[in-house]
This record gives sequence, structure tokens and C-alpha cells, in this order.
Amino acid sequence: MASYTLNVNNKKYTVHVLPDTPLLWVLRDELNLVGTKFGCGIAQCGACTVLFNDNPMRSCSFPVSGVGTNKVTTIEGLSEEGDHPVQQAWEEADVAQCGYCQAGQVMTAVALLKKNPSPTDADIDKAMTNICRCGTYARIRKAVHLAATKKGGKP
Amino acid sequence: MSNASLSRRHFLRVSTLAGGGMLLGFRLLANAGDGEAAAMMETAFAPNAYLSIDASGLVTLVAPNPEIGQGVKTAIPMLLAEELDIDWEKVVITQAALDAKAYGNQVAGGSGAIRSRFEPLRKAGATARALLVAAAAQTWNVPVEECTTENGFVLHKASGRKLGYGELASKAAALPVPTEVKLKEPKDYKLIGKRIHNVDNKKILTGKPLFGIDTRREGMFYVMVARPPAFGKKLVSFDDTDTRKIPGVKNVVRWNNIVAVLATSTWNAKKGRDALKLVWEDAGPLESTADHDAAFKKLIQEKSKEPGRNDGDVEASLGSNKKILESVYQVPILSHAPMEPINFFADVRDGKADLYGPTQVPGRVRTDVAKALGIPEENITVGIPRQGGGFGRKLMSDNAVEAAMISSIAKAPIQMLWTREDDMQGDFYRPNGMYRYKAALSDNELVAWHETAAALNSRRANAPDNFPAGAVANLRTDSHSLSSNIQTGPWRAPTHNVLAFTQESFMDEIAHALKKDPIALRLDMLDKAKNQPVGKLAYNIDKFKSVINLVADMSNWNGKLQPGEFKGFAAYFSFNTYVAEVAVVAIEKGQLRIKRVYAAVNCGQVVNLSGAENMVQGAMLDGLNHAWYSGITFDKGVAMQKNFNTYKFMRMKDSPPVVEVKFVETNEPPTGLGEPGLPPIAPAVCNAIFAATGKRIRSLPFDQDKSWQTPAAPAKSGLKKEPRG
Repeated sequence: MASYTLNVNNKKYTVHVLPDTPLLWVLRDELNLVGTKFGCGIAQCGACTVLFNDNPMRSCSFPVSGVGTNKVTTIEGLSEEGDHPVQQAWEEADVAQCGYCQAGQVMTAVALLKKNPSPTDADIDKAMTNICRCGTYARIRKAVHLAATKKGGKP
Repeated sequence: MSNASLSRRHFLRVSTLAGGGMLLGFRLLANAGDGEAAAMMETAFAPNAYLSIDASGLVTLVAPNPEIGQGVKTAIPMLLAEELDIDWEKVVITQAALDAKAYGNQVAGGSGAIRSRFEPLRKAGATARALLVAAAAQTWNVPVEECTTENGFVLHKASGRKLGYGELASKAAALPVPTEVKLKEPKDYKLIGKRIHNVDNKKILTGKPLFGIDTRREGMFYVMVARPPAFGKKLVSFDDTDTRKIPGVKNVVRWNNIVAVLATSTWNAKKGRDALKLVWEDAGPLESTADHDAAFKKLIQEKSKEPGRNDGDVEASLGSNKKILESVYQVPILSHAPMEPINFFADVRDGKADLYGPTQVPGRVRTDVAKALGIPEENITVGIPRQGGGFGRKLMSDNAVEAAMISSIAKAPIQMLWTREDDMQGDFYRPNGMYRYKAALSDNELVAWHETAAALNSRRANAPDNFPAGAVANLRTDSHSLSSNIQTGPWRAPTHNVLAFTQESFMDEIAHALKKDPIALRLDMLDKAKNQPVGKLAYNIDKFKSVINLVADMSNWNGKLQPGEFKGFAAYFSFNTYVAEVAVVAIEKGQLRIKRVYAAVNCGQVVNLSGAENMVQGAMLDGLNHAWYSGITFDKGVAMQKNFNTYKFMRMKDSPPVVEVKFVETNEPPTGLGEPGLPPIAPAVCNAIFAATGKRIRSLPFDQDKSWQTPAAPAKSGLKKEPRG
């Protein structure tokens, strides 16, 4: 076991874990930030997506030993009141069915909009690679466009 | 209120409540002091188990059935709220735990939740409303008939007086409960049929603990389990020396053929599990997909002992007519792969069990765990979290039983979690199967239809009284089951998810052979079944036609497509619901593009339009996804697809840009909706691919054989022998 000090949602946390522990399990089991979900463990589905600085990162396959002082943002840290433009857009489009993948979808969309404030359908196709097992893709697409009109890339 | 501001004990208490499903108004309850929330519930006016109103006017509505993404946690409370006449924005929704006495059949399965709750829960709401009205009428000393209700108030318009439900609650609680209540006329609905958002959106979008996997309890261990690497293997022995060296590993226990590792975090449990040295032995056949295929090939040439249906004389008709079509269709094993991997929390001690986790059948969980533990059912509580998908996987209780046994043996509260690889090797899969069709055509119509199905562990692989039964003079269905130790179970729209693909694809072959428009053929056949029905029908012809005509309008079926676009049609009846779908596809640079999909649905009264539309859109994408990409093959009992890198799922880029859903407007009672949208999409898309390429897809998933993507001349109408897919 080793000690790591992490910057998650603008707070410092020190954890004692195995060095190869994926960031996902540190978030869920050590920090009790359970909004980031486990889906596949091999960076395929994207349910575990967090922001690593401003980039989308699949936390299930990234060891805690590699995090360093980089800034990690989870769904819990996206906004104080749950009113980030992307969260608002997801509510307005009533996207969720089971809802399990949506935190990862939202974080991926936030990262996309930070880089590209008004994405086209083709941009969305390329960036939004997370699996939604319920098949809410049509509403996710709508919500990303809606978030763009609300300046979803702005923090 | 942020989690950080709460003490750990308090946090756990509120989390549990949250996991149980509070959302709207949660803050009100959460902001109440310790014990206040419970007191508020206890002193409230609660004429039945489904709702309560406290003195402050706070209305709490209970969602009795498990929420697996099908929207019943929103739609069922809407039924109560409609008749109660309250402000939907101000209600608290709470998920019930298992309590069969209070809530009856708490199941998520068979597309039945709304069907079974529609009348009783509107009556429950109307009963409460009648009591509140009676209390107000007494207070004002006016006739009940002069009182009306609106948004949580009783009004006496003649005198301009009004009282809030909270003010009337204690008086209403003392009145006798009426035995008969009048329900609203559909024209007066304020909620039913409207677009209401998912009540858990806020929690979902802020990452609050909501799912079984999010359960955290004092003293709980995280558990990973080693289980047989193949169907047909059993555990001889294990060595946990290396496992116990891993930091955080606290215990290792065996139950039957599984070995559970208890640790202080998920990752340490997984490392411990992976470090186990396990010795397995063969305890049964180690089956492969190739064995199944060989057996299916034989079976589909044979008649079953009892036909599912036998109208006219199929053999004579097939023997005496010149135009005979014959095709064999095939479908693979599918995994359910709900996004939330299998898990369950169990705390078994002192002859009691506290269970909390994803299940579509909490009642079955209690029965099966009681049996496994050898304790009475009344000693078991089952909490029901929101669930990351079900699709039929959680109709099995294996996860709860395993967790309970591990907790019991280890004498500790545990949360068992499977990896995705565990899930894909340990599912109760959608059975694979082969389906042989023969048709005789005469005088420009279909005169004989013979379906011979063979599927894994399937008592009946047909739906014998479904269309085209009734519209064909000679019709026979035969069904064979191939027994296997590869465990199978219901998968969204069981049997129908296969039959729609095979039957509606073959029907498209018949339409081409008859040189008839596929929609016109269906409508002609339905007219024939209406005017001269052959035997009994399981379906209503007018309702069937209602969706076919609607989807033709929606998709502009008779209009012109853009150059390079091709269309396909399918319709199917399941769970008492009629669905017709159209897919428009194009092959662009060798890649299949699904441009637009349309669904017309007749499911009776729609309760929540937003949820219902989402459900049908999702069902179409679910069906498309699996038809396109997904399949499990077995090699000596081992699933060859272990995770989403090989068991592929559709992503945004493959998703049709247009996914349009319309419901036939009707006030008939609701029929099923969670499943019926799925079956028709695979044949609609495959029929469109045939139109585009001339290649008939007879084996799923269609991505496995990309030859259909090579540019070819589009199909011309007419009888045509093309190679098997």
C-alpha cells in the first residue's frame, strides 16, 4: 500500500491504497464519490469517465499512481447545485432511462464542449463514444446540442 | 445539503433513504432533523399504503415496482397524483421496499407494471381525494357535490372558500374509507398522457448514491467471487495462500462452486480473487456453439410431437404448389449485460437477513434466500434500489442468494460485485436457435406457412396464434428444445425478439416473391384474417392495422426516398401491444448507415409520454444494437466474448439521427410497453438492407458477415434465389 494525495473536485484527499488501484475504485471506495460508475473495467463503455484536467478520462483503467497533481473532476464536482449547463440540458431533454451511464455521458459531453463549444453531429459522433445500454443516444445528441446553446463548455 | 456536512452515521442513514428512492422533496425530508422525517410519515393521513399527506400538506407517493430504467418510478406515482389532484412539482416519491401485503406483485417483468397498476392506483388516489373532499364538506357544512379539488386544495367555489389537503389530513384520516369511487374521465387528465420527466433525473445527474452498487454500510466488506470458468465445470479445491497476502483481504470463504474474497476495497478483493489457485473438474458436457448448430440443423427437419398450431394441411399444400420458398434463420446467444454489473448487499446474522440490491423480482429473492439460508421469509427484508438496467437478467435471484450465503458463512455484511467478465460467463442467456420456414404461394397469395423452430432450453419457441396465423389457410408451427447446461433465461421480449426477426424477414421474402409492397401485403392479409379468419387469433386486426397505417404515414412509405436510401418494414404484436416500424438505410463508402427509424405504437392509454417515447426509442436501439453487433459463442463451455471489446455495442456514431415514435391515440387501458418496441426493428433494418444490397440477412448479428456491405445491384422485386446469409 502507498499514500497518494489527490486533487479531486478542487479538494485535497490523501489515500492509502495499492499503487495499481484504478482511480475509479479510489473515487468510489475511498472517497465515497459513487457517481462515477463501473461498467466494464477495460475503458470500453465510458461509465467511469471523469475529467483529467479538461480531458475525458476512463478512470477504470488509470492507476492512482499516475494521477499526481493533475486535477480530477467527477460528476459530483461539476457544479455546486447540479445546474451546470450540461446537467440542465440533460434534465431538459429528459435523457435518462436507467440512468447508470449518464454521469459518464455528461462528463464526456462537458469535455467535448470545453474543446468545441458548438459541435456538429459529426463532432458528437466522434467524441461521444460511451455506451448507453438503454439506447438514449437520440436524446443524448439533443442534450449536447442544447448544452451548446447554454455555453456548456464554460465551467 | 452536501454530504460533507453530514456526520458519517447521518450520511449512511440518508444514503439508505436516498438509495430507497427519495427524490422530489427529498431536501425537505433530508433537512428535517433526525427522526423528524420518520415522524412526518407516521403521523400523516395515509388511507392506503400508496400515499400519505402530512399536516404541512407534503404528499408522499409510493413507487411499488422495481425501477430498471422502464420509468415506472415516475409513471406509477403519476397515476396516484392524477386522481388525487395535487401539484406534481411538490410531491415526494419514495420507492417501496418489498412488502407483498401492502403492494401486491412488485415485479419488473412481462411489460406488466403499468398494466397491473393502472386501475388500482388511480382508485387509491381517488379514494384519498374523496376522503379529503368529505372532510372539507363536513368542515364547511356543504354537500360533497359542491366541492371540487385542484392542486392540493379542496374548493367550495360557491362561497369562495378553500382548504389545503394538509389542513384536512387529520379530519380525513378519521372518516370511513369509501368502497366505490369515481375515476376521472380521460378528457380531464392533467398528468396522464403528458410529458413528465424522470423523477430521479437530479440524483442521476449529480452522482448521488442511487443504485445497488452504490450501497455503503458500516463494517461492510467488498466481495469478489471466483466462479466456474466454464459451464460443466465444478470446483474441486482451492488454495488462498497468495490471496491472503494481499493487503486488505480479510477473509476467503467457499460456498458450493464459488470462492468469495472479502476485502476492504473492491480492487483489493479483485486482486485477491485473481490470486486464488483453483482446481476445477469436468462435471458435465462442455458444449460449443458448433455442437448446438449441428443439433439445430437436424431438429428443424423434424416435426415436434405436438404442433403449436395446425390449420388446414400444410404438407399437402407445400406438396401441390409450384412456388415454394424455404429459408433458414439463425440467432446467437445474447448476454443481457445491464450497464450496472451484477451486485447485491447482504447482511445475514442472528437468523435474519437484510438484503438490498438490483432485482426485478424482490419477492422471488426473499423466497429463494429463505430457502438457501433455511430461515423464515418473515426474517428477511429486501430493499429495492434504482437499477442500471434489467432486460430480464434480474428476473433471476442468483445474485441475492450468492450474496446472502457469503454473508452468512463469513458472518459479515458484504457487497458482492461481479466484473463484466463474470457477468458474460455467468449470465442466463437469451437462447440461440435456428428457424426453418417454408411457404407455398398460389394465385398471387400465401397459402401455406410452416415454421419449425429449434432453440436452447426452450419449451416453446413459437408464438403459434400470432400473425400470420389466421390469415393463412394452411399453417403449422413446430418447436424443439435443445437441452443444455448453458443456462438460459428471459431476455427483453423473450421468444418475440427472435420470432419478429425470423417471421418478418421471411414475410418480406414472400412480399418480394409475390411482387407486392410489404405493407400492402400485411394489410391484405389482415383483411383476409378479418373477413375469413382461419382458427383463433391472438391479436386484434383493427389495432394491428392502426399501427401499420400510422407508420406508413410517419415514414412517408409511399413517397420517394433520397437517392441511395432504401427502406424496410416490419410489424409485430407482443405483450398486448402493436408496433410497426420502418427503417431507412444507406450504404455509404461501404458502411451501413441507419438514417431514420420510425415506430408506430398502439399500447392503449400512454401514461407518461416522455417516458413512453424514451422507452420505445430505446427498445428500437436495443434491438438494432444486438441485431447488428452482439452475439456470444461458446467453446467447450466457455463464453468467447467476455467484455464490450468483443461483445460489441452500438455507439453514438451508429445511432440513427432520426428516431421517431408515435402512439395511436386511445383511452383504452394500457398494455405492455417495456418490451414491444424491440422485436420489429431487426427485421425492419434487415429488410431495408435487402432492398439496398439484394443480400438477405438470415443470421445475426449481421456485422459478422460484411459481404452485404459490398456494393451490389439493389434487389429487384420478384422471386430470386440468393445465397444464404
